[in-house]
Amino acid sequence: MEASRSKRNGATEAKVSEIVARYGHDKSFVIPIMQDIQREFNYLPREALDALSASLGVPQSLVYHLATFYRAFSLTPKGKYRLSLCLGTACHVRGAPQIADHITRTLGIESGETTSDGEWSFETVNCLGACALGPILVVNEEYHGQITIAKTNKVLAALGKKVETDEEV
Amino acid sequence: MKKCKSASELASLREKLAAARDPKKPTIVICAGTGCLAYGTQKLIDNFRAEIAKRKLEGTVDVRTSGCHGFCERGPLVVIQPKQIFYQHVKTEDAGEIIEKTILGDAVIDRLVYRDPATKEKILHEHDVPFYKKQMRLIFGMNGQIDPRSIDDYIAIGGYAGLAKALAMKPEHIVDEVTKAKLRGRGGGGFMTGWKWESTAKAEGSPKYVICNADEGDPGAYMDRSLLEGNPHSVIEGMVIGAFAIGSSDGYIYVRNEYPLAVTNVTAAIESARAYGLLGENILGSGFSFDIKINRGGGAFVCGESSALFASIEGRAGEPRQKYVHATDRGLYDKPTCLNNVETWANVPPIIVKGAEWYASIGTPGSTGTKIFSLVGKINNTGLVEVPMGITLREIVFGIGGGIPKGRKFKAIQTGGPSGGCIPEKHLDMPVDFDELSKVGSMMGSGGMIVMDDRTCMVDVAKYFLKFLEQESCGKCTPCREGIYQMRTILDRISEGAGEEKDIELLEWIGTGVIDGSLCALGGTAPFPVLSTIKYFRDEYLAHIRDKKCPAGVCKKLITFTVAADNCTGCTACARVCPTKAATGEKKKVHTIDQATCIKCGACFEACKFDAITIS
Repeated sequence: MEASRSKRNGATEAKVSEIVARYGHDKSFVIPIMQDIQREFNYLPREALDALSASLGVPQSLVYHLATFYRAFSLTPKGKYRLSLCLGTACHVRGAPQIADHITRTLGIESGETTSDGEWSFETVNCLGACALGPILVVNEEYHGQITIAKTNKVLAALGKKVETDEEV
Repeated sequence: MKKCKSASELASLREKLAAARDPKKPTIVICAGTGCLAYGTQKLIDNFRAEIAKRKLEGTVDVRTSGCHGFCERGPLVVIQPKQIFYQHVKTEDAGEIIEKTILGDAVIDRLVYRDPATKEKILHEHDVPFYKKQMRLIFGMNGQIDPRSIDDYIAIGGYAGLAKALAMKPEHIVDEVTKAKLRGRGGGGFMTGWKWESTAKAEGSPKYVICNADEGDPGAYMDRSLLEGNPHSVIEGMVIGAFAIGSSDGYIYVRNEYPLAVTNVTAAIESARAYGLLGENILGSGFSFDIKINRGGGAFVCGESSALFASIEGRAGEPRQKYVHATDRGLYDKPTCLNNVETWANVPPIIVKGAEWYASIGTPGSTGTKIFSLVGKINNTGLVEVPMGITLREIVFGIGGGIPKGRKFKAIQTGGPSGGCIPEKHLDMPVDFDELSKVGSMMGSGGMIVMDDRTCMVDVAKYFLKFLEQESCGKCTPCREGIYQMRTILDRISEGAGEEKDIELLEWIGTGVIDGSLCALGGTAPFPVLSTIKYFRDEYLAHIRDKKCPAGVCKKLITFTVAADNCTGCTACARVCPTKAATGEKKKVHTIDQATCIKCGACFEACKFDAITIS
């Protein structure tokens, strides 16, 4: 088990050095580098941040300051199905908070969390700029516009979540 | 592509490109902005291409994917040129029929034509639709004429002519022209762009930086994204002109990472501008060199603030600093820096091409030109509208926006992003410009306009904005970090029916403290939504406090869902969707809602087709 972990760490380090090299080891690009790391791993794994700190020569405190300051970064893995609900002003006045409550109730997770089986993660975002379609739910980059509680149930059911759907709605 | 080595080479290229654009050739223009793509437009584009290939029409019919046309409510949008037939809500499977009937034949497909909801009249052409007719689309209008990924399209319709003209001018004359045009910053502050340019030009230090602020974080505002996506070259051209006037060699575009299409399109635009000799070394053979890098933001609202944005580009957390030394003297990396937002930069080329006098003749004396607003919320025609400054709010909401859906009553319009104010009906006839909006306790901001109707609770709206700002406050200044939190706690209390009358005074008192004691504009304006709603909608606050009622039916703790027996048909829809089985009843009999188990999720209200669920 130790061996497999160090093998995995080795692969992570190699990936991180490759990304850091892409930016010419320039410290001012630490944020874009972290964005690329997140894209690669779906979140910011601890080993990757350790590797980043070492290869770029920046303190870990800075890396963690940035990782927790910017909303786009996540220190926990995202689920297989990533739900992003827009809570921009237009979506808010059109009833997005009710949808957020419904998702939390159905999946048992708050915004920013992932279910323990790693299947679902849920986050609320500030504005996707597609206000004509509000409220909007994005599931793994696919947009579902003018979402209602009934439509949310259908989307979740189509992905294998057991929810009571109402075919007539 | 060979580089253009002079202005005359660019001019002859333009002639060649314009001549190659056959105005009579049938062209299917499909809006491919983020809004329309979210409706599934990519499938429609693919299907149009497939249908054209099937009929072997590749050489005779063109498909052009353009940037956002603005009328997002009616997407997917398609315009058939040169007939200018405007189709809305187009479905993937409509592609073949459109080619057969409207392009090969001469027929118009009735079901895809826009109908004026008021007069029921059919409107065939885009420019006749009331939504467009009342606008003045100087900046945004080009979106429909070009493919954002084609620099040739932009050059063919006159793009980069402003740059060619500017490079032949003295830098100080360019600054003069922008000052005389009285162009004010479109990002929120409304500062005179010419003055900013002049200070940066005169400041000592090298290199000097030019930055485009595309960190559009205001929820409900997306005009900058649509410009950057739909016409990236207009922004780049403006930046190169500004850089030449200021004497800058390095530029940045700081863009939200949440805008992937904008990042892709502007990256491609920078590459093609370099290839054409319009960016990079020795631009158009003038000896002037300037290049642009792209920086993606990290999803922090405060990074729209200039000094926080600089910190973010430098690789630090975006915390603002004191600004007794202006960015024009010491900005990015402590060097003279000129920062303008996307829309401001896009306004520069037309000013240079057509002159300051022409530009200053549009709008009001204090606020010249046009402004793009994103009109969203409880409004029939959601979309982006570009209007001359000085137009009334009423004209925007009812003339262009088509009024409130479902015949409900207008209540307020919120302008200026999360720290703007809510403007009530009595001010609807005021002209919209930088100064007038400040007078009524709101602001221009970047141009978000959120329309609210009688089902929007003003206490809830104020709470929403504070919650947003509480999350986005960087935490550096105590009045902002703690003050917003305390105000939000008080609003929570009021919305739960536990408020006291003295809370209103307390909110005003803390609000003033937050305004006075915060370093940057985030804290300095954060209390505006609370103070403006207290000013204009005090009765609604009092209803929550004294009567323990939410008149708009929004605040959960103060409302109850009941069944109106007269309307209930016993269809069982509410019982089927109720997550706690609080709504029950037999088929074809009046249903009831058990108040003890009802969690007020609103599912029954949404499901009922007979208006039988009432909120009180």
